[in-house]
Amino acid sequence: MPVDTQSPILRVTGLNKSYGERAALIDASFELWPGEVLAIVGESGSGKTTLLNALAARDKPDSGSVEFHIKDSGLTDIFKMTEAQRRLLARTDWGFVHQNSADGLRMEVSAGANVGERLMALGQRHYGKIRATACDWLARVEIDPARIDDLPRHFSGGMRQRLQIARNLVTQPRLVFMDEPTSGLDVSVQAKLLDLLRQLTQHLGLASIIVTHDLAVARLLAHRMIVMRRGCIVETGLTDQLLDDPQHPYTQLLVSSVLQP
Amino acid sequence: MLKINHPSETSTETLTSHENQAVDQHFNFAYLDERTKRMIRRAILKAVAIPGYQVPFGSREMPLPYGWGTGGIQVTASVIGPHDVLKVIDQGSDDTVNAVNIRRFFQRTTNVAITTQTKAATLIQTRHRIPEMALTEDQIIIYQVPVPEPMQRLEPRERETRSLHGLSEYGLMHVKLYEDIARYGHIATTYDYPVLVNNRYVMAPSPIPKFDNPKMHMNPALQLFGAGREKRIYAVPPYTSVESLGFDDYPFEIQRWDAPCEICGSRDSFLDEVVTDDQGGRIFVCSDSDYCETEQSKLEASAVSTAQLVSKDD
Repeated sequence: MPVDTQSPILRVTGLNKSYGERAALIDASFELWPGEVLAIVGESGSGKTTLLNALAARDKPDSGSVEFHIKDSGLTDIFKMTEAQRRLLARTDWGFVHQNSADGLRMEVSAGANVGERLMALGQRHYGKIRATACDWLARVEIDPARIDDLPRHFSGGMRQRLQIARNLVTQPRLVFMDEPTSGLDVSVQAKLLDLLRQLTQHLGLASIIVTHDLAVARLLAHRMIVMRRGCIVETGLTDQLLDDPQHPYTQLLVSSVLQP
Repeated sequence: MLKINHPSETSTETLTSHENQAVDQHFNFAYLDERTKRMIRRAILKAVAIPGYQVPFGSREMPLPYGWGTGGIQVTASVIGPHDVLKVIDQGSDDTVNAVNIRRFFQRTTNVAITTQTKAATLIQTRHRIPEMALTEDQIIIYQVPVPEPMQRLEPRERETRSLHGLSEYGLMHVKLYEDIARYGHIATTYDYPVLVNNRYVMAPSPIPKFDNPKMHMNPALQLFGAGREKRIYAVPPYTSVESLGFDDYPFEIQRWDAPCEICGSRDSFLDEVVTDDQGGRIFVCSDSDYCETEQSKLEASAVSTAQLVSKDD
């Protein structure tokens, strides 16, 4: 996939968000380049999810801007778009993988319909083609296409997470947000899912932002890392560099607190 | 007392019957007070101006339970005038419980003329059918609606469905149809089949059989929909496009029957299956009782004229 490396795909400048008196996000700025995988790490309550929600236009920040690179018009502030444009963006160029698969899937309709929903929302009206695409994507996320008519309710946790990924990737987005995609899965399933995510992001040249509290996930998937603490970005850098030679005291604490098996 | 003029105030006495039932003086004309009727008419005007859009209105307590047509009754009460001729049908029939009671309600509170003939009526309140006979510009058809939101079963959050309507994001409707095909091999939705009105709003046509959906398209009559419990009114103005959703390779289709109507022999109407005994005997008859009677009398007339011809030949 040809990747435009002239411009970042996402530019975040001076984001602030507070809930009442409490500041959840203080002056967050960074850039994300096409094909890059960025991990946001930090302990619970450090503002990771607040940041992700602001980036994905799910929650409006108090100040600051989030600019996304749109094919024809370049970097565009997503909060200055109309809601219709934003929602179109969210179901074409973006994906969002939720921590809890029930939030990201329709549990009452079959796996095929879950994968096909975005296609139908974009105006595809040929059942056979939608189904073929859904089968293809199920295979790509290692779900047996024979289960296309099963409900996600009857899937295991790992399968649901993979189904969620297929549902998001079917429109070939350029940027995928993932909120703790592997938490709640047992370790062997986590490993398989991470392997799959790494393959997919590499093959598709996807840019993605992964929120996680698990440094192993970050090390395995991410090119770059952002460490957050109490709403502030305390350190950023290349993953290996940051994990092997943390500079900020908090990062040092975080890295040293990981159990080494 | 009533301030709107109805377009068709033609004499229909030959066709209809004023039953000798005194108007109950304890009620305002058509039960609702004038302010309420005005409020509902404002909602109707808005609904007509935005075809297929669900307009909220202050639905009143009616002297019958929700689910019995309180929405339709309030709409009818707001548009009815003393010169109107009212027909009430339930599943196509004029003599089922729901129809009989609603008709009696309006007789008691308005004393308007009532009819069972589709062509004689100026107002038709209906539950679950559109009459077989083509409607005209002089008629208004009022549907009783239990669930006005077509996406409710897939997206229960109303805040969300409203923005989906606002942004015309209707992928969900096709998810429902996709599920049908995946499970049953064809679109198994047979009633309340979703339609796109005026190329803008997706609308629940109320639980009419999908057989009736094509009749809504470019219909000369004004079509009003009232949902009492959900407090919504919506409308399809005359000559508005109403398109039933479908897939390119699984297009919208209406029901068909192998047998004609047992009574009138019609092959063009919506047929009910009636079990006749406990030996597995069953027949198909028209669900629209007025249409069936009209067809029967046509049959009889032609039988008589043939008989006359035959006797002349002797």
